[in-house]
Amino acid sequence: MNYFRRIGQLRANPNSSASRNLKQRLGFSFLFVMAILTVTPIFAIVIYILFKGLPAISWTFLTAFPTDGVKAGGIFPAIIGTFYLTIGTAIFSVPLGIGAAIYLSEYAPDSRWTRMIRIAIINLAGIPSVVYGLFGLGIFVIFLRFGTSILAGSLTLSIMTLPVIISTAEEALRAVPQSFRVVSISVGATRWQTIRRIVLPQSLPGIMTGVILGLERAAGETAPILFTAASFFLPRLPNSPLSPTMALPYHLFVISTQVPGMPVKIQYGTALVLIAFVLGMNLIATTIRSRARAHRQW
Amino acid sequence: MIKIQVEHLNLQYSDGKESLRDINMDIAANQITVVFGPAGGGKSSLLRVFNRLNDLADVKLISGKVILDDIDILDPRIDVTALRRKVGMVFARPVVLPMSIRSNLTYGLEISGEKRESELTEAVERSLRLSALWEEVKDRLNEPAVSLSGGQQQRLCLARSLVLKPEVILLDEPTSGLDPISTGKVEATLQELKEQYTIVLVPHSVQQAARVADSAAFFLQGELIEQGPGKELFIKPNDKRTEDYIMGRFG
Repeated sequence: MNYFRRIGQLRANPNSSASRNLKQRLGFSFLFVMAILTVTPIFAIVIYILFKGLPAISWTFLTAFPTDGVKAGGIFPAIIGTFYLTIGTAIFSVPLGIGAAIYLSEYAPDSRWTRMIRIAIINLAGIPSVVYGLFGLGIFVIFLRFGTSILAGSLTLSIMTLPVIISTAEEALRAVPQSFRVVSISVGATRWQTIRRIVLPQSLPGIMTGVILGLERAAGETAPILFTAASFFLPRLPNSPLSPTMALPYHLFVISTQVPGMPVKIQYGTALVLIAFVLGMNLIATTIRSRARAHRQW
Repeated sequence: MIKIQVEHLNLQYSDGKESLRDINMDIAANQITVVFGPAGGGKSSLLRVFNRLNDLADVKLISGKVILDDIDILDPRIDVTALRRKVGMVFARPVVLPMSIRSNLTYGLEISGEKRESELTEAVERSLRLSALWEEVKDRLNEPAVSLSGGQQQRLCLARSLVLKPEVILLDEPTSGLDPISTGKVEATLQELKEQYTIVLVPHSVQQAARVADSAAFFLQGELIEQGPGKELFIKPNDKRTEDYIMGRFG
């Protein structure tokens, strides 16, 4: 009897329940539109660049040197240059970044000193990239006499990339359950053995994701290499780390602003290659992450 | 024979949460010594002193002596990794490492330098038989350890400490998450193990304490209230507080 009375009460005010349903539906629709709006630009950019740049893409475009004062031919040296710079950045920033992350996550006590390190890292991420470029020019190019070179450019990009790598790697290390560390220590492992055999393998996918995202940003940056590594045109590929190099982002900047009568097709073709390079790395990072999640045992 | 001798042990954490005050007790070899009492009494802290796992915690002060086979294990100069191989530990929640059943067991041996495959295989079987898990897992040693049930995982954790041939085994509420059947299996295993090992157990209930104790020590708010042989403490406690706790008047 009671039960039926309660049902009656639930149905007593159908209007209010309908209006609340309507409000909820309006709210969801609004949020859905917001979500669509945020992803629109990325699709718009990719589609626009694909549309305008695809006609320029050919085997020659990818494998030949520029000719006719960069107004024709290919962009091969710029592709190779960006590849070199990315590798060079990885050589410096990956060991340094992961090492710092391990220190911060596994060894560092919570002291004023380590808090300062953390604040410094966060602030490093906020410095405008052109400032890194200027810093690299002063330190690496002039003071250390590396000249305008792949080495100087890689070092500059490394400093810029470090905060991304350190913070994502530290996060990945901290995500490994503390209980694994305690168990490992309790069976007689040292801290370092615990890190090497348990913590690092478990956090490696997360660290790799951070590394790739950091390098991806380095590959696409123009300002840091502007004064430190990039050259407008080189007749041959760089033959040592101390050679200057052409690079995709800088090449795009130059042919878009500095060359009168530049065919638009080549500009968009270059942009397309750069975007493919960066999005390709992104895809690798995403794949690593989702595979690792599927296989994770915790 | 006395295996561990605790003399005037004091322990304080930085946050002042839980501590031990002037603990004096003897732990006999080849017995199950039960350390029981309400939460926050310092039982887990005491266990973590015995294998120096407290080194990982934020300890403000530790003083006194804990003598294991004539060596004061609180001495900062001792080899703690060797101590931890000698004094194994099983935790309240079974924590298996994210690897295969077999690797969970060989891990401790490999990090101490054992590489011979035959030794590892032999040790895996021996420890799994001791922890009464062998028959259940012998055909699936290379499967992930997380695929085991809770009770099996806890016995794997026991096997993981046994594989190192320890002399002392510390168990911190090892059956708190287990069903009665698994609990029975673990308790039966402990009765067999005490022939060879010294066992210190924090039980998850007074009933369990009374079931398995060869010697029992009652801890309350960081103090050892009393210690007695066999089931004595549960039949005829000397201290009113022990009696009240056993009778369920508080806790």
